Amino acid sequence: MSLSWRLDWPGPGWPRLLLAAACAVLLGAAGGVGTALAQQPGGGAPQSAEAVQTPAPVELRLGLLTREVPPPPLYDLLAVPADDAVAGAELAIKDNNTTGQFTGQSYALEPVTLAEDEDAGEAARKLADGGIKLLVVNLPAADLLKVDDAVKGKGVTLFNIGATDDALRAEQCRADVFHVAPSRAMLADALMQFLAMKRWTKLFLIVGPNPADQLYADALRKSAKKFGLKIVADKPWTFGPLGRDRSDSITRSDALVFSRGVDADVLVVADEANDFGNYIPFRTFEPRLVVGTQGLTAGTWHPAQDAWGSAQLQNRFLRATGRPMRATDYQAWLAVRMVGEAATRAKTADPVALAKFMRSPDFSLAAFKGVPVSVRPWDQQVRQPLLIAQPLGIVSVAPEEGFLHQRTPLDTLGMDERESKCRLN
Amino acid sequence: MTPTALRRLVALLAGAAALTAADAASAYTVYVSNERGNSITVIDSTTLEAKQTVKIGRRPRGITMSPDGKVLFLCASDDHAVLAIDPATLKVMRKLKSGPDPELFALHPSGNPLYIANEDDNQVTVLDVEQNKVVAQVPVGTEPEGMAVSPDGATLVATSETTSMAHFIDTKTNKIFANVLVDARPRFAEFSKDGKRLWVSAEVGGTVSVIDPETRKIIHKVTFQIPGVSKEAIQPVGVRLTKDGKTAFVALGPANRVAVVNAETFEVQKYLLVGQRVWQLAFTPDEKLLFTTNGNSNDVSVIDVQDLKVVKSIKVGGAPWGVVVSPQ
Repeated sequence: MSLSWRLDWPGPGWPRLLLAAACAVLLGAAGGVGTALAQQPGGGAPQSAEAVQTPAPVELRLGLLTREVPPPPLYDLLAVPADDAVAGAELAIKDNNTTGQFTGQSYALEPVTLAEDEDAGEAARKLADGGIKLLVVNLPAADLLKVDDAVKGKGVTLFNIGATDDALRAEQCRADVFHVAPSRAMLADALMQFLAMKRWTKLFLIVGPNPADQLYADALRKSAKKFGLKIVADKPWTFGPLGRDRSDSITRSDALVFSRGVDADVLVVADEANDFGNYIPFRTFEPRLVVGTQGLTAGTWHPAQDAWGSAQLQNRFLRATGRPMRATDYQAWLAVRMVGEAATRAKTADPVALAKFMRSPDFSLAAFKGVPVSVRPWDQQVRQPLLIAQPLGIVSVAPEEGFLHQRTPLDTLGMDERESKCRLN
Repeated sequence: MTPTALRRLVALLAGAAALTAADAASAYTVYVSNERGNSITVIDSTTLEAKQTVKIGRRPRGITMSPDGKVLFLCASDDHAVLAIDPATLKVMRKLKSGPDPELFALHPSGNPLYIANEDDNQVTVLDVEQNKVVAQVPVGTEPEGMAVSPDGATLVATSETTSMAHFIDTKTNKIFANVLVDARPRFAEFSKDGKRLWVSAEVGGTVSVIDPETRKIIHKVTFQIPGVSKEAIQPVGVRLTKDGKTAFVALGPANRVAVVNAETFEVQKYLLVGQRVWQLAFTPDEKLLFTTNGNSNDVSVIDVQDLKVVKSIKVGGAPWGVVVSPQ
């Protein structure tokens, strides 16, 4: 397939006035420059940039479903911003539109923020009936499945940016869902590779009371086995949300001696709700590092990330929103960029054709991670490097060096094709 | 000392003198911009020693020189300016309007104007360097970086990293007249001296597209394979072509190698091991040496172009980014 094509100028959607003004300035001020540029044969410049008929840009409308954040307590250091995910998607729409000027494609976002008790399926149906065929979903697994059921047969492709559940990539996998969010298995593998690389092999697992914590702990246990690490202790956290109740938090003596006498290299915390994990570092009996959902974490994005040109993306986001980019924002950005990249490369705005292209081995995109990200054909999970970070700094990037795979090292993170219970390819 | 030994010594000294004289004829000065060091390092091409490192500008990246060698231009990205520097004294002579966040630029072969990629603003600024006047701002794709002017001066090419296109701009009208989609994250563009080929590297795509500027078609995509180096680590950035158009040198980023490519058959002849994360390249005007900036090892590797060997590595400032060699 030839990847080059020509688009005539001025392209659709261009600020023609601005251009006219720029040209006027050029003619007025830079006669000297112009005269120096005698046209030579074979130089490649056209005789004129004649404007042939330019069709109206093809519009691609994307929906985004997210849910209202519950009102924060008195003071919440980790409060989720109201425009979480939406701000990331909007930035990608802007990026796509810059490219779209040259390809005759324009992008628009229709974000819908559900009220706390509003039905996700109903909202999705409305969006689909309104012509949205590409829908970014920032909701938990149960809602995602509801959304998928609601739009069944309407030719809608979903981009899951909010649910890390492994089941969605296994027994519950759906052919019309792309998983941009990493799976818990990927997050766990990324951390375990790091620990294996450091040879910190004795793990003390601390598991929170929520079902999500149990799922993450399961992923950690599987991953520890996979990378040859030993779980020397595996205990539930029973002291309540001490990490969250900061205002009148007391140091609880039973919590302080909780980790006493276990010969472990690191404590691994499973606390997805951020209820207690931040209570643990420095309050342990023995000096112990904390990794997992707090302390050293794995994720798709981090405010400290600035390698591979990502300083640019961070700055664009910061300027637009006045806050650092969160992982959810990044995942929303990536989902919308996937659509943009597919539309540019496949030269189509047809949602079905776009989804087909994104599944194909020809599809990949640059995502400020140093290596291209792409889609695993068997479960439609986006394969991507994950950042290993402490609260204010990047520590490493998974996959770690030396973890090899016949396809790509990225496939050492998460469920590989052979072990996957999903067969979409 | 025996007469024979004395004769030998005299011969040796004469030879050394001749060698020095020959080298003196081709003594160039090499300027390296250090992105994190906020400095420029000056290297003597004869001794291959770093002569000095001077603090200059914030986040210096793109660096180039006027054809007469009298002005050194530097993108001071975080100062949002292009600095015009006296190469002899390394003093800033003028601060030029660059548009926001200038990253890389290309000078018209006549020495004016300067075409500047404004990475954060999706545009190219056309700057009359004599009058310090912005002549035009050309909207391009997201994150423009690579800039090249055809040898006849008629065409400017800007590559946009996130849009992944090479935009062809008519330098008379400052309008885009064609866009060529290349692989992911194009970082650099380089015309052959006869203007018949345009090489565009794609950092994340891992390829270099060779484009016919007249038809704007990709005629070949150069790919790279290095035993023991993962495909993902091969990230082409800087490209330089010899004047005869026969050989291309491609910096491969974190693969820590420069590929030597036969520019006629597009076959990779050799991979030269250099410092870490190699990005930009510059020949001496006689094309005897090629200098590479290695951002993660804070050094510059020197390649003997004839022998295709790395002859030296020279410590420079923090995170060397760009490199230019004086024309005399």
